[in-house]
Amino acid sequence: MNLNLTLIGQAISFAIFVWFCMKFVWPPVIAALEERSKKIADGLEAANRASRDLELAQEQADQILRESKDNAAEIIEQANKRANQMIDEAKEQVIADGKRLREAAQAEIEQDVMRAKEALRAQVSVLAFAGAEKILGATIDEKAHSEIVEQLAKEL
Amino acid sequence: MASENPTASEYIKHHLQNLTFGQHPDGSWGIAETSKQAADMGFWAIHLDTMGFSIGLGILFLAMFRFAAKKASVATPTGLQNFVELMVEFVDNSVKESFHGKSKVIAPLALTIFVWIFLMNLMDLVPIDFIPRIATDVFGIEYFKIVPTTDINAALGMSLSVFFLIIFYSISIKGVGGFMKELTLQPFNTPIMIPFNFVLEVVGLLAKPVSLALRLFGNLYAGELIFILIALLPWGVQWALSVPWAIFHILVITLQAFIFMMLTIVYLSMAHEEH
Repeated sequence: MNLNLTLIGQAISFAIFVWFCMKFVWPPVIAALEERSKKIADGLEAANRASRDLELAQEQADQILRESKDNAAEIIEQANKRANQMIDEAKEQVIADGKRLREAAQAEIEQDVMRAKEALRAQVSVLAFAGAEKILGATIDEKAHSEIVEQLAKEL
Repeated sequence: MASENPTASEYIKHHLQNLTFGQHPDGSWGIAETSKQAADMGFWAIHLDTMGFSIGLGILFLAMFRFAAKKASVATPTGLQNFVELMVEFVDNSVKESFHGKSKVIAPLALTIFVWIFLMNLMDLVPIDFIPRIATDVFGIEYFKIVPTTDINAALGMSLSVFFLIIFYSISIKGVGGFMKELTLQPFNTPIMIPFNFVLEVVGLLAKPVSLALRLFGNLYAGELIFILIALLPWGVQWALSVPWAIFHILVITLQAFIFMMLTIVYLSMAHEEH
């Protein structure tokens, strides 16, 4: 229970221990702890960033998908329209062709009819002359009566 | 032991006597044979057991922590490193909670105080006669006290070091003038009250190291005394008292180490802050 030199001895050894602890124990342990907590924080942040990136990528993918769907729909619609248009055009073409063919045919027929009529007319006047000659038994002045016969033929 | 069959009071006194080395009144140097001789040596004597055990435990503490600190890395810690990091983190948090200044000394100081005092207190749990008996029978050493903190010199040695740190920080942060102002202009800020303030503040300042040392010493001394008293009982019933007391004492020694550390931090943070 006596106060003596031990007091000073204890104070000195205490000071040395504190110095040693301050110099060689505390800094490396604290450095390791800080580095570890920094690493953990970095890891957490990286995880956060990754999930954010993933979300972003998903969104982007969704958007691209949506866009391509829209595009596809548009293309299909355009193709449909074009097909319809082509069909319409073809129809019109066919109709026009048919009409033209029919008109040509009609014109030809009419021409044929005209030609036949002309021929008939020519024949009719000859026949009429012959018939009249036969009926009258005499020669008729071809020149005087041809006008009448021609008129007759025209009426055919 | 002093005699083959010591009385109770002889046994107690024997256990409370340190192994003292110093100068006898007749001028020769040597180890005190009796407690009277030890007292006669006065101030210029040294307790070899206190010094030996405290330095040994201090080296054990530093060796253990240095070993772990060398291996400290970012990788997952294992075993000893885990324990050391736990201690360092615990002390670091305690310091950060109460101390808001910037200092490289406070945290290692607190760690040293906590672990060293804890280890010294821990010697209290070694059976009371175990090492002294070996010392007497094997090495022929008469007195041997293995708990350094039951020696007032050890407790006071630390608390006085803390006291000097308080003074050092008070002056280095606030300057001599600021420190004197703190001592003289509180709690009554009038020139008339300066003497009164000064007495009050100086008593308050001196009470810090004294209370710090006496709290630790008193608790451990009382604890050891009870172990000694229990050891006086018949051997068959000793366990019934010593086991509960030892278990309770685990709490006491940890708590005392923690209190010493916390109060040191608080005192030093008070020294850092302007009032």
